[in-house]
Amino acid sequence: MLAKLARKAFPKSLWLYHCNSGACNGCDIEILNVLTPYYDVERFGIKLVGSPRHADVMLLSGAVTRPTFPLVKRAFEAMPGPKLVFGVGSCALGGGCWFDTYNVSGGGATAVPVDYYIPGCPPRPEAIVYGVALALGLVDKKAAPVELKQVEFPIDAQLRNRAWEERNVIYKLLRD
Amino acid sequence: MWLTSKIKQVLLVLKPGKVTLNYPAESRPVPEGFRGQPAWDHTKCIGCGGCANHCPARTILTRDLCPEIRILFYDGARCMYCGRCADVCPEKAIVMSPEFELATGDRDDITQSLELFMLTCQRCGRCYDLEIKNAIDKLDLRGYRYDSLEARTVIRRSTERFAPDVLGETEAYRRPERIGG
Repeated sequence: MLAKLARKAFPKSLWLYHCNSGACNGCDIEILNVLTPYYDVERFGIKLVGSPRHADVMLLSGAVTRPTFPLVKRAFEAMPGPKLVFGVGSCALGGGCWFDTYNVSGGGATAVPVDYYIPGCPPRPEAIVYGVALALGLVDKKAAPVELKQVEFPIDAQLRNRAWEERNVIYKLLRD
Repeated sequence: MWLTSKIKQVLLVLKPGKVTLNYPAESRPVPEGFRGQPAWDHTKCIGCGGCANHCPARTILTRDLCPEIRILFYDGARCMYCGRCADVCPEKAIVMSPEFELATGDRDDITQSLELFMLTCQRCGRCYDLEIKNAIDKLDLRGYRYDSLEARTVIRRSTERFAPDVLGETEAYRRPERIGG
């Protein structure tokens, strides 16, 4: 739904505002790398702007530290709607390895509503391009939750078999 | 003279040709030794919890549901892809896969959970007595026994032996509210 809305709202180009909220500069270098001729995101009409008032998208990098917390909120409020926030790097997603320290608010989602998450420390430039393309609806999502089990317990198997029998009509007919 | 220099400049600029990688359509292979999303092999894992003990972001949590079942939960949101879990794994059950296209709109998409079956003792027929008394266990699993997977919080506290009241406290624990959060 969000992708459809984004496609309607930003049919031509996204203007990015790069907001560093206490990052180590790794993600910022990768964001600048995306704008180089090799990756060239201007193919998608993406442009880096200097002010949040001109921007559609905020690229948030860094765990939101305590001094930058109100500033990030103000920058988000200054953006005209509709607006998207991309969390770039594991710090912006969940705080990275500083998620529990005294000076960090525990990720970008505590300050602003993050719409797309781009994990990595730092994410590859391709990963950032992929995230932007995902928001534009150019590619399909690849990540999915994984659940692995070592042993299938017999009681689970029995319940599953019974559920399968119950939803299969032919067994009911045979029983009658 | 200015004209020749300009022509030289144009020739220089034309020399490299087109360098742009047409990324979402064509991709470039990842470099050697690239660390992407860690992948668990559940057939190899013995459930020692070394990965959970060594994770700098404490993004791998573990919990014993009952003496037979242990759950490892990996929340990729704050994973730093440092590869320490793959380094410490004694069975090489964790591999840093080259997968990096993990951008998603939902944080739950980058989680993995692993349900492990802990074997019983061949002599006494009972399961490994994990919570109460075991020297190996005390060495390896200190401190994170009382993690709350449901609230995704971590309490850095260990007790010498199993304390039901600490476990109860953990389950009722709420993280302190942050500014504005």
